[in-house]
Order: sequence, then structure tokens, then C-alpha cells
Amino acid sequence: MDIKQLYREIVNEHNLNPEHKGKMEDPTIVLRGVNPSCGDDITLSLKVSDKGIIEDAMFEGSGCAISQASVDIMAGQIVGMTKEEALKMASTFMGMIKGEVTDEEEIESLDEAAALRDVAHMPARVKCAVLGWHTMEKMLNGDND
Amino acid sequence: MTAEDFRQDFPIFQGNDYVYFDNAATSQRPLQVIDAVSDFYKRSNANPLRGLYDWSVDATDRYEHARKVVASFIGAASETEIVFTRNTTESMNLVAYSYGMANLRAGDEVVITVMEHHSNILPWQSVCNKTGAKLVFMEPDEEGYISREEYESKITERTRIVSVGHVSNVMGVTNPVKEIAALAHKVGAVMVVDGAQAAPHMKVDVRDIDADFYAFSGHKLMGPMGIGVLYGKEKLLDKMDPFLTGGEMIEYVTRDSATWAELPHKFEAGTVNAADAVGLEEAIHYFEKVGFDFIREREIALTSRIMEGMKANGHVKLYGPEDPADHCGIVTFVIDGVHPHDTASILNEDHICIRAGHHCAQPLMQFIGAGSTARASVYFYNTEEEVERFLKSLDGVRKVMGYGY
Repeated sequence: MDIKQLYREIVNEHNLNPEHKGKMEDPTIVLRGVNPSCGDDITLSLKVSDKGIIEDAMFEGSGCAISQASVDIMAGQIVGMTKEEALKMASTFMGMIKGEVTDEEEIESLDEAAALRDVAHMPARVKCAVLGWHTMEKMLNGDND
Repeated sequence: MTAEDFRQDFPIFQGNDYVYFDNAATSQRPLQVIDAVSDFYKRSNANPLRGLYDWSVDATDRYEHARKVVASFIGAASETEIVFTRNTTESMNLVAYSYGMANLRAGDEVVITVMEHHSNILPWQSVCNKTGAKLVFMEPDEEGYISREEYESKITERTRIVSVGHVSNVMGVTNPVKEIAALAHKVGAVMVVDGAQAAPHMKVDVRDIDADFYAFSGHKLMGPMGIGVLYGKEKLLDKMDPFLTGGEMIEYVTRDSATWAELPHKFEAGTVNAADAVGLEEAIHYFEKVGFDFIREREIALTSRIMEGMKANGHVKLYGPEDPADHCGIVTFVIDGVHPHDTASILNEDHICIRAGHHCAQPLMQFIGAGSTARASVYFYNTEEEVERFLKSLDGVRKVMGYGY
């Protein structure tokens, strides 16, 4: 898939009409994620229950369409997951984008996020695609500095 | 000679359809420059400045000849005032650390502009933090021009150093460095000019500007990467301590102390980059063959058409002066509703190379209220056909991004 197709078929919908963008009431964890060289700047809010279930995920901020779409897709998918499930998904997603995970079954486990797989062939955009996932990973690992 | 004629000299333009509009980041190199570097390694390779045999003497001669050519290129009084560095960034650090650290005290002020490249901000931030001096920012108007009132109000008797970019790498505007230098000297300050974006576009005369220091990079004017220049007035360089110490920059060394080599070698520690200096000399010869008038004429023609096409698009916000002649070939812009990185990626799909981001000028981005911008920058070898392809691709960006038009 070339980049124009990627925008048209996946990215635009989430970029123009994000479902998980906005402020969250009473989040349990909040973390800002920044790509200094691009100016992508998001703040991710998670609500994690005592049992370790992600009950809600929202983001605010600005950035390129790929970073915004990627974090919106992620937020939609991790709600209802345990921390461990979300962390595993983040690791698979980042592996796919970096070209390290190529197993079809593993990639399919990412569901909608798998649609961003072609970013693996766009080295200049890798950082954009992983920003939200990397931020979530830090939050769930308790690395909130 | 036309742009098409000159293009034949550039191997990178042959056999592909890429449009290269990122000339403000680095220019392309003609075969003559590539061959000159290669020729140095093929014929004269030996460590310059220390050998007692023919090859080393030849390497030294070629290196020192390059220095003479650079001196004459920017109107320096003598080649001893030309220090070879890696790039403008290293030149600016040399001035900040060797001159700034020794001459700044608490309460002194260093005056720069908010338009500076990070290489003319961070060294001063660091030296000001260490010495207690204050960093003062001059601000431009909306088009990027710094007014006389602005520099007259910011440059005061507390000012010790004024350091200004000759041409802004974002706004494209040329700063009145000669007038600012006169004012700096009136209050007893030294004038430092970051000429990275100016040297490729206009005749620089360091003595006419009366710059105390003038820095530029070879790679933006068709020379190799990794060779830069610092011009400094001899009386200032003479009193300064070396920036880096080590090989080849000494006169005499004992276990406890050393005395420094003469100018400019005092500032060139270690094995020098002779091959790239030779490449830079060749770039200057090529540059002079093209001529400043041709360069300027081409840049104005291409910039005018780019700005006209962007205005016709209706969704493009342009930065910098209204007058295309004041852009030095740099057009910075944002498409409504589209992040500049997305713009650059879509253009790349059409084989058009532009820059997007903060252009190493974050304080300016904050000042103009843009997190990031896109930048197209042309040079004399770009063509009208390339501009039309660029504009056509640009016109398609919003559609790709889902806006319908």
C-alpha cells in the first residue's frame, strides 16, 4: 500500500474524526509523549481499574495524521484489555512497525492496528506511528517520568 | 548557460525524476567537486602540515591554497583569518567558547534574534549560563524583518556580543547585518554573523559588513559535507585560546604546558579535512562560474512562481516576506488542516523532496505560533517544470488527506 492509499483507507478517518480524542474525567494515569523532531505532542490518559483492566483511554494534543490515527486506533482497541494484554499488543505493534514482527498470525492479532503495517516501509514515519503505543507502554510499566 | 545546462554537471539529477527542493538544508554537488575530492585522495593523500616528503607537501599546498580561495571568496584581509571547521555549528561553538567564555561576565548581554538556527542559540545559552551573562532576543515583524528600532533598543552598553544570522533559514529574509554591526561596534560589542544561509546566495564581503566573525558551511554551497569556515579578525583570533587542543595546533609542548601554533593552525587541532577543503575550493570556482546574478535571477523567478501558485491554491499559509525577492529561495508554508510531515510524505510519493519540521529553529516556531512548518527551498539549478510539478502535487495534498479538494 502506498502512502496516499494508507491515508485514504485508514488514517484519514481517525485523523479527521477521532473517537478517543478529548479530555478524560478522573484518569488514573496521564503521560505526555513527544516526538521532538516532528512536533508530535500528545497526552494520553488511561483509566485502569484496581483489577488492572483498562476501562477507558483518551488522548489530547496535536501531531501528524499518522501519529493521531495510530493513537486513536490504539485507544479504541485497548479498552477492556488487561494491562498485560495491552503491553503485549504494544510490543507486537512496535515490532511490526520496526519490521521485526512479520508473522501473519501475530500481525492479525493487532486487528485494526494491523492496517498500519505498511508504515514499516516508511522509515521517516516510524516514530509517528509508535508515539502513542510507546507512551502507553511507559505508563503501564509505571515509567511515568 | 541555462539551469538545464548546469544540471548536466550534477550526477544526482541524472536518470531519475526527483525534484529536489531542500536546498536550504544542503545543496547538491557538481561532478567537478566530487572529482576534486576524489583527486586529492588519488594524487595527494598524505597527512598535511607535518610531512617532510613530497606527498605531504603537496597535500599541504592544496589545503592552504583552498584557504586562500576561501579568503578571497568572502573578502578577508588575509588567509590567516580563515579557520577550517566541520560546519557552521562548529564555527559558532568555537566563537562562543573561545571568545564568549573569556570575555563575558555576569551582567553582560549577548544579543541574538528569535529567528536563529539552534546553532546560533544553544552555544550562547550554554556560555551565558556558565558566565552569568544574559541572552537577549531581537524580534522581527510578521514578515520577518528586524526593524532599526528593534536593534537599537536591544543593543545597549551592556551588550558584549551580537550574533545574527545573515539569512533566516525559515523566513528567508536577509538581516541588515552591516547596520547591526555598526551599532554593535558603537557600543563596544563584537559582531558575529551566521552566514550558513547567505553564503550560497549572495556575495559576502566580511570587511564591508565589518563582521568580527563570520561562519558558513561548505555543503550548502555545493561543497562537501564536513567542511566549514570560521572567519575571524586577526586581532581577535590572536588573543583567543584554542577551542580544541591536541595534534598539529601547538608550537611547543612540555609535560606541564604548551604554547600555541600561529593562526589559523591554533584552531585546527588534529588531522585536518584537507580533501574536503579542496572540494570546497572547487565549489567556489564552480560558484563563480555560475555567478551571483544568475543565482539570484533564478531564485527570484522560481520563488515568485511558487508563491503565486501557493496563493492560487487557497489553502496555503505562507511565511516570510511578501516580496519573493526577499526569500533567498526559501518558501516556508503550511497547508490548512494538514500536518507538515504528512505534506512532505505525500510529496515524497510524487518524488518531490521538501523539508518539514521545526527547521532547528524552535524559538521562531513558537514566535510565529506554528509547531512545525513545511519548507521548499530552490537553487539556481531548479527549473520551472519542477516548480509546476511541485505545485500540482501540493494541490492534491488536501484531497489525499480526506478534505475532498
